[in-house]
Amino acid sequence: MRTGGKLVLVVLAVGVLGTLVGFYAWRLTYEAGSPAYTVPVKFVAGRPVVDLKIMTVAAIGPKLSQNPDWVSYLVDTQNGWKRETVWNLPANATVHVTWFNFDGASGLRNPYLSRPQGIVGNRILLDGKPVNVIDPNDASHTFAVPQLGIIVAAPGVGDNAKNQCGFAPCSMNSAHRTVRFTFHTTTPGHFRWQCFVPCAAGWIDGFGGPMQTIGYMDGFLNVKA
Amino acid sequence: MSAAAPAGSVATPNHGRRVVIAWLLLSAVATPLVAIYVGPLFPPGNATVQSQGQVFDNQVMTALMTPVICLLAVFFAYGLVKFRAEKNEALLDGPPLRNDAKVQLLWVVITSTMVLFLAGFGTYELLKDGSGGGQGPNPIAFPANHQSAFQVQVIGQQWEFTYRYPSLGLESNQLVLPANTDVEFHVTSLDVIHSFWAVELGVKADANPGVDNVTYVQTKSPTTFHVRCAELCGLWHGYMFNNGEVVSASQFTAWAASAEKIYASIKPYVNRDAPYGLTYLPDPQRRAG
Amino acid sequence: MTLARRLLGFNLLTAIVLGVGGWYAGWFGAHAIVGPSIDYFGNIDYNELSVFLAYLGGVVGFLAGLGFLNYPLARLRGYPPSLREKETQGIGRYFTLCTDHKVVGIQYLWGIGLFFFIGGLNAMLIRTELLTPHNQVFPAGTYLTIVGMHGTMMMGMMTSGILGPFANYLVPIMIGARRMAFPRIEALTFWLLMAAGGILTTTIFFGGFPTGWTGYAPLSNEASAGMDNYILFFALVGISMTLLGVNMLATIVTMRAPGLTWTRLPIFVWGVVSTAVLMVLAAPVLIAVLSMEALDRTAQTTFFVTAGGGSPYLYQNLFWIFGHPEVYILALPGFAIVLELLPVFARKPLWGYRLAVAGLLGVSLLSWFVWQHHLFVSGMNGDLRPFYMLSTELISIPTGFTFLCGMMTLWRGRIRYTVPMLFCLAWFFNFLIGGLSGVFLSDAPSDTTTHGSFFSMAHFHYTIMGGLVFTFFAGIYYWVPKMTGFQLNERLGKIHFWTMFFFFNSTFFPLFIAGFEGQPRRVVTYPSGLQFLNDWVSISAFCLGISMLVFLFNLVWSLAFVKKPAEANPWGSRSIEFQLPSPVPVHNFDRLPVFTSDPYGYGEGAPPLGGLAPAGAPAGRD
Repeated sequence: MRTGGKLVLVVLAVGVLGTLVGFYAWRLTYEAGSPAYTVPVKFVAGRPVVDLKIMTVAAIGPKLSQNPDWVSYLVDTQNGWKRETVWNLPANATVHVTWFNFDGASGLRNPYLSRPQGIVGNRILLDGKPVNVIDPNDASHTFAVPQLGIIVAAPGVGDNAKNQCGFAPCSMNSAHRTVRFTFHTTTPGHFRWQCFVPCAAGWIDGFGGPMQTIGYMDGFLNVKA
Repeated sequence: MSAAAPAGSVATPNHGRRVVIAWLLLSAVATPLVAIYVGPLFPPGNATVQSQGQVFDNQVMTALMTPVICLLAVFFAYGLVKFRAEKNEALLDGPPLRNDAKVQLLWVVITSTMVLFLAGFGTYELLKDGSGGGQGPNPIAFPANHQSAFQVQVIGQQWEFTYRYPSLGLESNQLVLPANTDVEFHVTSLDVIHSFWAVELGVKADANPGVDNVTYVQTKSPTTFHVRCAELCGLWHGYMFNNGEVVSASQFTAWAASAEKIYASIKPYVNRDAPYGLTYLPDPQRRAG
Repeated sequence: MTLARRLLGFNLLTAIVLGVGGWYAGWFGAHAIVGPSIDYFGNIDYNELSVFLAYLGGVVGFLAGLGFLNYPLARLRGYPPSLREKETQGIGRYFTLCTDHKVVGIQYLWGIGLFFFIGGLNAMLIRTELLTPHNQVFPAGTYLTIVGMHGTMMMGMMTSGILGPFANYLVPIMIGARRMAFPRIEALTFWLLMAAGGILTTTIFFGGFPTGWTGYAPLSNEASAGMDNYILFFALVGISMTLLGVNMLATIVTMRAPGLTWTRLPIFVWGVVSTAVLMVLAAPVLIAVLSMEALDRTAQTTFFVTAGGGSPYLYQNLFWIFGHPEVYILALPGFAIVLELLPVFARKPLWGYRLAVAGLLGVSLLSWFVWQHHLFVSGMNGDLRPFYMLSTELISIPTGFTFLCGMMTLWRGRIRYTVPMLFCLAWFFNFLIGGLSGVFLSDAPSDTTTHGSFFSMAHFHYTIMGGLVFTFFAGIYYWVPKMTGFQLNERLGKIHFWTMFFFFNSTFFPLFIAGFEGQPRRVVTYPSGLQFLNDWVSISAFCLGISMLVFLFNLVWSLAFVKKPAEANPWGSRSIEFQLPSPVPVHNFDRLPVFTSDPYGYGEGAPPLGGLAPAGAPAGRD
């Protein structure tokens, strides 16, 4: 083969390889369905205040995921409920969380996590009533941010409840529990949050699948100044 | 290294003697310097008796390795310069030296002695107090008064360590230890394999599901330390860390009281579900769905 | 043969087509038989069985497309036995099932090179993530897959890293034979490895795997379908390793030319023997433990699940019974190459031949008795810790023999600093550091802090990369002129060597410190105080990657563009392969050699090896 031909071949090969490598690197950085959602901020007496509405469902459904029967968190954005678990919050802010749980109970493996911690008053409003611990067997999911010391467990919808939700997004007419609590952010940072209840149905230890995938049962709080 | 020189080669310098002398001199200078000045710099530090033991171990090993490194350094520094082929010379061969039984014997004896010494020394250090490593349910190496050791159960779960204090009847997600105390850790896991690594304390014990992995540490003066998970356990393995503290006895009592307040509401559920035992083998069978 | 006819025959293209077809056949077949949801624990999206059967179908299709089924089917139909497949000329044969051992050697070189490149890319991605402890470049789950892919790809591919290319090419020549004992199986080991590599690179499409290269049990049971790619990859690699080892042993034991007694065997061949023994005995354990894992994931057995009466310890022990001999499979060929090349470039006989052989075989033997040093803090029976500490420390004795023989070979020699020699000398430096850090790790008290940390990672990178990969390059620069007939550029080679050596040490030495300071392995974030260290390491790693590009450029430039013909014996070696023309002709020898000595007769005025007419080698005498 002539030198010119060989040179062209080499340049082509380098180009193809480079493209493949670039594509591979890009594909790996792609956050698998969880871009960051910036929660809208309002200011009360000079302090940023944020209203975070989240929901947990027993099955995410085919429209929102390629794994329709995975449990998942959703967040209420201005465009409706989205399956995004990376949330941007302001630093030194008050965060009011309203959490609608449409899923049944799986039970906490470690009862220590059934007591709310790291939140204001160390208690939650469960369906309107203040509660400072739930029965670990009733736990359905937790919202926990270990780096900030936040642990909140939500109890599940009873097995015999009427009108249980099938696939997300769930309407408020379906059986659900409502948990309200408040916590404060302080320094800026990148804090992971996770569920501690082994709620991934069908996986050994209940911890596979959605429990180990960002965008379902795990996420980040990006606290920005 | 006095290899037999070909008969009649008059002015061949005794390379072997030069190398040996240079090596001995270098080792004689380097080894004490390393042992005294470099040795104590080794982690994990002096926070506990076990970590001090590890530092000492590292010191001894480094001191023993220094002559080995010196030998190779002198050998190559000398040999790669002295025995270099002349540039552009015709391809000439070197002397046909195939063997020297004395050298082989010397090498085998010296290396074997060093290795056996290290193994023996390491065993002595290990059996003295366990060196902070996990020993399973039936430990054989413990500090002197281990019967009355303060027990802490470390529970690894995906992806957080929590700590139970049987004598205080509470659990916490902070590891606080009293100073100047023998502590007996019982490490277990609720799901996959984790590893409890208290870095500055010099403690590491794998958390295996269904297994009670016991390890001992003897704390000294108050300090802070990090706990990291040292066995890949899934998504947040890298984020599975705490900060821990060794505090004075009075501070420890104060902390226990405040932790007790948090734990009080959980207690009824713990007693109801499973007896709060010393060796906690939680049932990992709880499956969802 | 027209181009169309060639493309339609049994070759890589057909193999890929049939492989993809087989994959879909397996996937849909499994779905049709088993049904789209299996109601074991609940609803699982991935029918685990489907993934396994799909990839198995793919592998069968791939091998059928290459023509591996032709011969067995022909024999079943009564055709007589034959040894050779198809062509002996042209570049096309490198993409087919070719029974010429030299072709298989060169296929291995490029194939392993390709996957080494992919594994190296993953390493660059890991270091990118570790530039800062706070920001996430990759999602945390993907990062674990990248880490796992890097380790798994490297371990799976580099176990055959020297035996594949160099032993396949050189062993028949060095023992005076025209072929290996089982030529078709030889080709099979290569193509199995390629199929396996393809399986591993597609793991990300099934969610990746979170366990790292060791695949520890309870976590691997929790993982999604990407774990099956890992299991299949290693199982195929295990089969390839076993067959490779069997082939090597059968060849070396039975096909040596007249006069080639065991004491006249080149030390490289002794290295191959000691490695092949380990391969044959250890790889099946890997296949067994992976089969158990596959059963756990599909048939819901509970070998490694505590709830069902199993134990994670079972996995750990079985894995490391394979895993420890595995790392000696990686290290021993490196020793062999160093000891083979030093006599040539010091122009002296190999010093202490019997001691060197004893060292190689001693490492091989002792490697079976040390595996629990990976489990010192796992809660194993405390009584065992002193024993395994002793056995692990003892391994440094036969390893020391290699150092002694190498150093004494250099002693009073006439050393030429060619590129292969530089890589061999670097081996001494790297393996010394690697070996001494191994002493730290083998000491159970010290291991309490260093187990599972970056210290242990730096140790094995020094021994494997500093030991195996450096000697891999030594072998390339030394033997590629013989294999291809073209020279590699010496200056580019030296640039490659010095940049690689400098940046390799700059990358991995600080990791010893990071490990001591409390950075565990496989973590995506670390204490902020270690950021400077990690940044230094990352930048060095990027430069190390660039040095590999220098090598790649040299390879392509010299072999495809410059094409300067190499003489038959550019290094003045007495070894038998350098008494043959470059490249070595298809039939190897015009007439089979008769050996009267080992290949290390420098300075002894012996006749050239094998009684062949020397093709341009100068007779040496001082």
